[in-house]
Amino acid sequence: MVNEIVFKEELAPGVKLIKVRAPLIARKARSGQFVILRVNEDDERIPLDLIDWNPKDGVITLVFKEVGASTKDLGSLEVGDFIHDLVGPLGKPSKIISNGRVCIIGGGVAIAAAYERARRMKEAGSNVVAIISARTAKDLIYKDEFKKISDRLIIATDDGSEGVRGYPNNVLRNMLELGEKFDLVYAVGPVILMREIAETTKPYKIKTVVSLNPLMVDGTGMCGCCRVTVGGKSMFACVDGPDFDAHLVDFEELIARTQMYREEEEVALKIMVKHRCKNWK
Amino acid sequence: MEERVRTFDEVVLGYSEEQALAEAARCLQCSHPLCVEMCPLHIDIPGFIKLIKTGNYIEAAEKIRQRNCMPSICGRVCPQEVLCVMGCKNTIGDPINIGALERFVADWELENGPVTPNTASSTGKSVAVVGSGPAGLSVAADLARKGHHVVIFEALHEPGGVLTYGIPEFRLPKKIVKKEIDIIRRFGVEIRTNIIIGKTLTIDDLFDEGFNSIFLGTGAGLPKLLGIPGENLCGVYHLNEFLLRVNLLKAYLFPYKSRTPLRVQGKVAILGARGMDAARCALRLGAEEVYIFYQRRIVGRIDDIRRGVEEGVKLQPLTKPVKLIGDEKKWVKMVELMKLKQEPSDGIGGQKLIPEQSFSYSTETVIIATKHIPNIIAALNTLRSVKIAEKNKTVIVNPETLEVVDGIFAGGDVVSGASSVIEAIKAGKIAAESINRYLLKH
Repeated sequence: MVNEIVFKEELAPGVKLIKVRAPLIARKARSGQFVILRVNEDDERIPLDLIDWNPKDGVITLVFKEVGASTKDLGSLEVGDFIHDLVGPLGKPSKIISNGRVCIIGGGVAIAAAYERARRMKEAGSNVVAIISARTAKDLIYKDEFKKISDRLIIATDDGSEGVRGYPNNVLRNMLELGEKFDLVYAVGPVILMREIAETTKPYKIKTVVSLNPLMVDGTGMCGCCRVTVGGKSMFACVDGPDFDAHLVDFEELIARTQMYREEEEVALKIMVKHRCKNWK
Repeated sequence: MEERVRTFDEVVLGYSEEQALAEAARCLQCSHPLCVEMCPLHIDIPGFIKLIKTGNYIEAAEKIRQRNCMPSICGRVCPQEVLCVMGCKNTIGDPINIGALERFVADWELENGPVTPNTASSTGKSVAVVGSGPAGLSVAADLARKGHHVVIFEALHEPGGVLTYGIPEFRLPKKIVKKEIDIIRRFGVEIRTNIIIGKTLTIDDLFDEGFNSIFLGTGAGLPKLLGIPGENLCGVYHLNEFLLRVNLLKAYLFPYKSRTPLRVQGKVAILGARGMDAARCALRLGAEEVYIFYQRRIVGRIDDIRRGVEEGVKLQPLTKPVKLIGDEKKWVKMVELMKLKQEPSDGIGGQKLIPEQSFSYSTETVIIATKHIPNIIAALNTLRSVKIAEKNKTVIVNPETLEVVDGIFAGGDVVSGASSVIEAIKAGKIAAESINRYLLKH
């Protein structure tokens, strides 16, 4: 049945992978695209990156971190449960560099999306240097998969519990200072990480692309909720992106817009937690 | 009034049976009814009113349904004052309130009478309709009644297009939209939501799947930004985002019955003539004050504009936004505007508006409600030669038949640019005729 969860796995604390039956999306999906879903009726629409898809068995893979009420609800669904609404694939596909040298950076839950891009570029004949980063060792996901497909993998954790201690932009800066050359730096993760990567590569004039994740409603270019200023122009991340030239993105504006509903998100989460506690009694 | 501006319940209460009978009794039953001529669908207005007079409400509704598949919707949202009612020849008192009578019989039928689908036997032909707004529903209803198999594809999670995401609950209750769509489903029309033609499937895929013809009724729902500084500050919405959050996702029920938030606070500035629905929503969501700043003429039914003003919406014509100013946290705090004045007429053409004086308005929420442009994802992502007008991005059709290119037809706002529900229904009817002819030939 369409929208049925056929597989579920916890990759790290609060980070879950689900495989969902969605044959039409699996047939059309391309690297870098995303879906929008509603877990239940009355729910908000949330965008999630497509991590994998198989046109043959009609199954797509999504990875998400349980942060708000809706992602926690999504995480509570089990194999055999259905997602109420699922639409996609959305956004423009990523440009896959073939036979080049690329540095791919993923932070936190977005390591999964970085892996998807890295795998395609490797398949297209590129030399892939990957930097994956998380707060601490147990939050690192897709480590073994990255080991298989990257020509070089650098792990960074904020607390130094695994790999290099520090942020991926510092790792990248060291490499650039040592004279390493890349045809493309591609970053996906928290907005602040992407901003730091953009600032790191700017003096070296290296083509740098970021995959943005602003708030969205419809995902088809109708509402303009996801607009970002790129090179002084308003762009819609859902139809013009989500990939943009990192050196042209107004990150400060994006950070502010991403946090617009922080208070409301906390309210929704509190109500959900309360509701769940009541049901458990 | 205090209570009215606090809820999203329907504002205009319909006629009671007595009121409907009294209003119907005033109809002169003209032999050459101008109201019928003025109605884009040429509904037999004296005919259905005559049936009301004799208490045959279901028959009256069926009479309307012969020409209009969504009477309880049109009774509520049509700008009757510039259509049928304008043609009313009753000069004793007000013209007949045709909209209220249409709504009365249609609601009566939805409540009491099973609408018996009168469909021809199956032709074996199938049509894909892209978009479930008024144009798509209209073409689907007519084709299904002629015996064709119709599947509507909708990008959002609910069908109805602008009827669902655009027009607020207090003007058009969503349960009415659902009921009207259910009737169209009963004709045998299948509706598949969460499918974006041009993304999930393409026009070419639909032909490959065996559809014999395709109708594009994707509407004009894309926002056109103002292109002024500060447009992306927090607290600045385009009309579509605001209405989607309120109408489709029920942000007014946040946080208990909806998970979609929307922050409306303090003074609200609406920039553009299409903002009356948003203005009335904003008042209901707790705005302290709502101003609509626009240039010449506000868009909407006279009745709704009047009610909005009654509720407290303030209108400020002859103004144009210049820029939006934010605070240190990048939330909007002020809008700078230009007061315009009409240039003295030179006797040729319309009067030009020229800048007079700049002024500013302190605000915490801004809604941009200017232009809309057609949704053309479906039209762009096909190998077939669907032509799009360079300037306003509308799909180019044969104006007589609404045919785009062999087997593909289009109508409603995607062809005309933003227009009205009834014009979209009319386009759906014209397209249904053409598609029917096409299917019989091929």
